[in-house]
Amino acid sequence: MATRTTESNDLVGLDRETMIEMLRWMILARRYEQKTAEMYQVGEIGGFCHLYIGQEAVAVGAITPLRPDDYVITAYRDHVHGLVCGMDPKAIMAELFGRVDGCSKGKGGSMHLFDAGINFMGGHAIVGGHLPVAVGIAYAIRYRNSDAVCVCFLGDSVANIGAFNEALNMAALFQLPVVFIIENNRYGMGTAVHRAAAIENLADRACAYEGMQGWTIDGMDVLEVRRTVEAAVERAREHKLPTLIEAATYRFVGHSMSDPNYGHYRTKEEVHQFKSHDDPIKQFIETLKKNSVITDDNLDEIEQHAKAIVEEAVEFATQSPVPGADALYTNIYSGDYPSAKRRDPWR
Amino acid sequence: MAVITYREALNQALREEMQRDPDIFLMGEEVGAYQGAYKVSRGLLEEFGEWRVRDMPIAELGFTGLGVGAAMVGLRPIVEYMTWSFALLAIDGIVNAAAKIRYMSGGQFKIPVTFRGPSGAANQLAATHSQALDSWFAHVPGLKVVAPATARDAKGLLKSAIRDDNPVVFLEGELLYGTKDEVPENDDLLIPLGQSEVKRPGKDVTLVAHSRPLHAALTAAETLEAEDGISVEVIDPRTLRPMDIDTILESVRKTNRAVIVEEGWPVCGIGAQIVDDIQREAFDYLDAPVVRVTGADAPHPYAYDLEQRAFPQTDFIVQAARQVCYRE
Repeated sequence: MATRTTESNDLVGLDRETMIEMLRWMILARRYEQKTAEMYQVGEIGGFCHLYIGQEAVAVGAITPLRPDDYVITAYRDHVHGLVCGMDPKAIMAELFGRVDGCSKGKGGSMHLFDAGINFMGGHAIVGGHLPVAVGIAYAIRYRNSDAVCVCFLGDSVANIGAFNEALNMAALFQLPVVFIIENNRYGMGTAVHRAAAIENLADRACAYEGMQGWTIDGMDVLEVRRTVEAAVERAREHKLPTLIEAATYRFVGHSMSDPNYGHYRTKEEVHQFKSHDDPIKQFIETLKKNSVITDDNLDEIEQHAKAIVEEAVEFATQSPVPGADALYTNIYSGDYPSAKRRDPWR
Repeated sequence: MAVITYREALNQALREEMQRDPDIFLMGEEVGAYQGAYKVSRGLLEEFGEWRVRDMPIAELGFTGLGVGAAMVGLRPIVEYMTWSFALLAIDGIVNAAAKIRYMSGGQFKIPVTFRGPSGAANQLAATHSQALDSWFAHVPGLKVVAPATARDAKGLLKSAIRDDNPVVFLEGELLYGTKDEVPENDDLLIPLGQSEVKRPGKDVTLVAHSRPLHAALTAAETLEAEDGISVEVIDPRTLRPMDIDTILESVRKTNRAVIVEEGWPVCGIGAQIVDDIQREAFDYLDAPVVRVTGADAPHPYAYDLEQRAFPQTDFIVQAARQVCYRE
């Protein structure tokens, strides 16, 4: 685990409004995912569903300092990244429900959220597959002489796949404005990181690429994440240099909805230890209270607000119709394409 | 009209399109300083510079994804594979990313990327470098698949592929680069994707062939005409997905007999799909079972004689046509 480099009372020069905004996102993320679990359990959500509970500091610390023209891309544990990027919580929930008002009209589901309008580039479910895509987005940024950046989140297991090397090598070789953020939650599904990666700190792999920095940080400390990502974004924006950040974090729930919170590969005690000592939201609230940034009343209001958003999202998703039969064969191609019904008249 | 090689035709298509649209860029192994492993990109680095003609490390999965990402944000990448056999390392980028992102996002993104490079066998390169994977890609909804057999088609179809807003798999015949053909010199030669062409009119039997086997089919047609008095209609689908099956059906309804030729393996091949379309839509017009001539159902061999035997040879096509005409 990383050594903490941010003292808990170090507010890294952020104004009160920004800190409260970050807390709002973290609490919304937690409540949204808890509600998602509930909706999964009652059968409204199908398929594979991976929750972000416990990891909120990473997405919130990394996305809140970005500009609207920056890009974000992530893997399949993507609900919260989409939310914090500014996706409509209603459209995400409707997508999870498989309804027409979902962000992808019910065709992508939990693992494939997208919002082109706000540069949220997915939602990618093949481990490692989106790293080269992130590099392509960064290539396009430089191609157009823009000073935007691309922030690419990845799981710890991605550090072992070939695409990781191919993507990081190209990012360094072509000097592309990309920030890779490994969310090291200690397990690739049920395989502990040390059982899959022949290296202690995954960020140390950055040393293989000239010009790339590798930083391992406490991913449970939202202020440390924010400060680190700001530095990496500056390297990307100003100097076109890529950075590899490893944010040490922990998921408080199973890998997906089908995986119990503890059992075969991690103990009840371990999960309890992290939940009671490292909860990123509890830590941030303590810091904010200690520095008199928020009061209990503020907190109540934030909780109420989050609850209202989540309930509105569920209500919206519940009311949204299921896709009609015609949707099966739309959005496959851009432009005209011969009807598939010729070979498939029954559908 | 100038007579130029298939290679030069592709080079013209790339140059003209890149001159027309600054969002188009080319990438791949050896496309720049080396001028292209098969010299298709000759002169382009000098004309367009390294951001538009980008030499890539040997990292097919990596630069395929780079193309998809750039396409998601509006550029129009052309990804060259040194051979389609190497693109097997990039299947995730082509099949899971390029072909699906539009659908999975409910139509939010266009993916205007062209994946191109030599396909099929060359000369004695053996099994890993000699394969026609046409049906692999044609199987995938979300992709378009093009396989030109002549220089003219290569130019006109590549220009259309580059302008298409969808991912296009563009299969160039590795043994066709040096073949010559008359190609219009104007820069607006656009052959629409999804149009078959009757390459030789006839009335007794329909031969369907794409890419290099088209030439074997045309030679077979001459032999059949000369030796057997059989009038052969030869059709090149040119685009394998979406395929213009109507031109083929129209021909079969006239000739009542068909032979489908391809370089790929027989099982689940392109021809299998064409046979299905014919039997479903023109069953009552058939006077004989439709026959297929394919590459051998074996890994492609090295030894010269064995390799020749593995191709869909002219002689096999002649025999197949005689069979469906009951002239054996």
